[in-house]
Amino acid sequence: MKINDVILETVTRIVVFIILTFGVELFLSGHNNPGGGFIGGLVLSSAFVLLYLVYDIETVQQGIPFDYKKIAAFGVLLAVGTGVAATVFGAQFLTQTANHFNLPVFGDTELSTVILFEAGVALTVVGVVVTIILSISEDV
Amino acid sequence: MLTITIAILIPFLAAVLVPFVYKRVPSRNIGWFVLLVPLVLFIVLARFIPAVSGGETYIHTIKWIDSAGINFTTYLDGLSMIFGLLITGVGSLVILYSIYYLSEREALGRFYVYLLMFMGSMLGVIFSDNLMVLYVFWELTSISSFLLIAFWYHRKKSRYGAQKSMLITVSGGIAMLAGFIMLHTLTGSFSVREIIATIGQYTDDSLFLLAMLLVLLGAFTKSAQFPFHIWLPDAMEAPTPVSAYLHSATMVKAGIYLVARFTPVFGGEAVWFYTVSCVGIFTLFWGSFNAVRQTDLKALLAYSTISQLGLIMSLFGLGSAALNEGYSADSVIYTQATFAALFHLINHSTFKGALFMVVGIVDHELGTRDIRRLGGLMSFMPVTFTIALIGSFSMAGLPPFNGFLSKEMFFESVLNVRNLDIFAMGTWGTLFPVVAWIASVLTFVYSMIIVFKTFLGQHQPARLDKVPHEAPVGMLIAPSILAIFVVGIFFFPNLVGNYILRPAMAAVYPPFEGVEGLVPHITYWHGFNYMPLLMTIGVVIVGGALYLFLRYWRSVYEVAPLSWTLDSLYNGILVQAEKGSSRLTGFYMTGYLRDYLVYIFTFFIFAVGGSMFLTGTYLFDLSGDASITINEYIIVFVMMGAGIAIIFAKSRMTAMILNGVLGYSIALFFVVFRAPDLALTQIIVETVTTALFLLCFRFLPEWKKEKSALSTKIVNASIAISVGAIVTILALTVQGNKMFESISVYFEDSYELAGGKNIVNTILGDFRAFDTMLEVVVLFIAGIGVFTLIKLKAWKGGKDVENQ
Repeated sequence: MKINDVILETVTRIVVFIILTFGVELFLSGHNNPGGGFIGGLVLSSAFVLLYLVYDIETVQQGIPFDYKKIAAFGVLLAVGTGVAATVFGAQFLTQTANHFNLPVFGDTELSTVILFEAGVALTVVGVVVTIILSISEDV
Repeated sequence: MLTITIAILIPFLAAVLVPFVYKRVPSRNIGWFVLLVPLVLFIVLARFIPAVSGGETYIHTIKWIDSAGINFTTYLDGLSMIFGLLITGVGSLVILYSIYYLSEREALGRFYVYLLMFMGSMLGVIFSDNLMVLYVFWELTSISSFLLIAFWYHRKKSRYGAQKSMLITVSGGIAMLAGFIMLHTLTGSFSVREIIATIGQYTDDSLFLLAMLLVLLGAFTKSAQFPFHIWLPDAMEAPTPVSAYLHSATMVKAGIYLVARFTPVFGGEAVWFYTVSCVGIFTLFWGSFNAVRQTDLKALLAYSTISQLGLIMSLFGLGSAALNEGYSADSVIYTQATFAALFHLINHSTFKGALFMVVGIVDHELGTRDIRRLGGLMSFMPVTFTIALIGSFSMAGLPPFNGFLSKEMFFESVLNVRNLDIFAMGTWGTLFPVVAWIASVLTFVYSMIIVFKTFLGQHQPARLDKVPHEAPVGMLIAPSILAIFVVGIFFFPNLVGNYILRPAMAAVYPPFEGVEGLVPHITYWHGFNYMPLLMTIGVVIVGGALYLFLRYWRSVYEVAPLSWTLDSLYNGILVQAEKGSSRLTGFYMTGYLRDYLVYIFTFFIFAVGGSMFLTGTYLFDLSGDASITINEYIIVFVMMGAGIAIIFAKSRMTAMILNGVLGYSIALFFVVFRAPDLALTQIIVETVTTALFLLCFRFLPEWKKEKSALSTKIVNASIAISVGAIVTILALTVQGNKMFESISVYFEDSYELAGGKNIVNTILGDFRAFDTMLEVVVLFIAGIGVFTLIKLKAWKGGKDVENQ
């Protein structure tokens, strides 16, 4: 059964990018404003889920050939890895640090190692949510 | 020293690399890559020998969870040095041997990953100073050995053996963990060195004895001491290199290491002395007694390992007597037992490793290990025969092999026990030399069986599938090197004594450090009146006679019925446990979600409601609360309306939308109370849940109103109302009671402490990052769980591997 819904498909094409941008924005602004890894990850995955709902799995898989299990695994590895990395520098496990840098375009920017940890969280959320949804939908 | 820390991590890193290398090189050559790891580590460790034998120790700490006292502290002293050298040295030889032993068709990549994992965890166990880290590595050895034993997982016996070894060693490990935690409660430290330094103050505490017994349980299960020895023979289903490595040289010696390491902590206590030495000596006897009846060469070696481990264990027990009264000239003599134990530990690894490899060669070249089918192989396999001869004669305690020296020292130590005037050893002490002598006679018998039944006697070509021939050179190198060590240590024992054993003795006996006589000079000849020598001569005479007349007295073993063995007890327990738990599970796992909810909520009512009632915390006071605005009233009434409407909803879609109303209203609440972050999360979670629901909506069965009995309805309603009431009271009570200082003040400094203005995110990412990390891990495991549950059904046309 192939559902052909032109309006939904057209809207999705545009909306997905807006959602993805919003997700990235939420993720990056998390340190000082509402947002963060978990929410950012959820928004990103909702964009993917929307794609999968509108188009079928094969089509999306051709365009975005990710293995979401690997993304989730990488996310966990990243989150744990930033914790371990701190121990290499003699700090305690999971110690995070932040500092201000003067970048060419952005000016005075605060960069924090938390962003790596949060990226791990976000990737895990994206990976797990999409994996679960895909598994369930392929099963029926 | 950072070197030691890196040495522990290198095998793990190499294990990660193996799959990548395995794809690129011809599969045969993967072993050479892996061989580099233990070889390099051995050389690195060997370079520490001069410094360590000079009394040097190295310590290095990497902070892990400092606030809980858990740090990755590595500690190199004489004791860990011996084990480190054995693990890397025997490890190198085993890998060299396995290159020729395993065929290219095996899953070599998997094999070496497990082996490296095991090597790394083993190094972690011996070099960790922190008990929690030690425990983590300890269980990792159990897990990696489980994987190794089950390497040929299509065989039912392999799976059985792997499960058995894991069940027994892991339960012991958990007991040990409890013991470690008790030690921490006592002394306030997880560091072995700190515990050794302060333990003297706590010996009268009731926890002390319990901690000791629990730690011993871990050591005994790992070292296959009676009655936990039953897993070792079944573990022989593993490939022979694994048996040679795990079950003779390293893993089983982890328990020995633990006993040696904790001798300064618990040594000198009567319970420790009796438990360790008696369990050890009985294991020695029981293992040797059972070894004689075996017809499978590998099973024979398994029981012999059990018995030799018992020997070492009992010696450590006897040696702990020296610590009873602190240092005195009289008690130095009892430290000889520990010296003998450490010496025999090394000797055992050399000769038993060689013997395992010999048996592997026989198995590999002839396709059988059954001694009833073997015989007369001497002329076909002269080199293998020589190695087997050296190994077994050393095990039997004959000169000129290293086993002779340590066996003599063993006899001397058990003879010394009679003179011990502590712990009321006067009468019981005589039993030790007697049991030791009988066990040695049996040891002699089975050592002879190994070499003579296999290589001498009648050759039986009709019973063999293959024509016997000598093994390829590559397979002979590793056992030959071990055999050279067996002979070499006999001729230069004091080299080992002075350079390797001296620092280890200092580590086991901190108060005796530097005392004369702690490290004896090992001599070959003490004169004809030397009691241990006479005992050895007796062993040879009686043992020889028993071997010659074996077939006349073998019926001894048929006296006790087979069903009485510990094995059948284990199997019985396993079957009963499975039956019982499946009956129990069947009783409450009805498959209906509503039943599960009833369990959960009933538990909640009794646990939370009950404790609230008993402690009188259900009182609350509303006078201090803020006033409620009209906005909040509206949202609450909307939510209440939606909640009640769900009950009466006619279609599933309506119910779902009403549920959404509830969720989004909560988000609205967050907005009203100025928690944008939570509001955002709530909205998105709600959205994703709704999307998920829409996904399966099409496939859900028809929504039908159920007609349930009135009694069910009453029960359900009362549970629902009680839960609602309790939650409400709980929420109101929380407002009114302040038992502790609020921790929110701490988070107010989030910008200074964590550099972030978003307080929620700094809590998640900085202050409580451990929670978040573990949540992510849990999420991942849940995702993988869902995936495997749905996806990994048996492939169509695939082999049914479970029932071969």
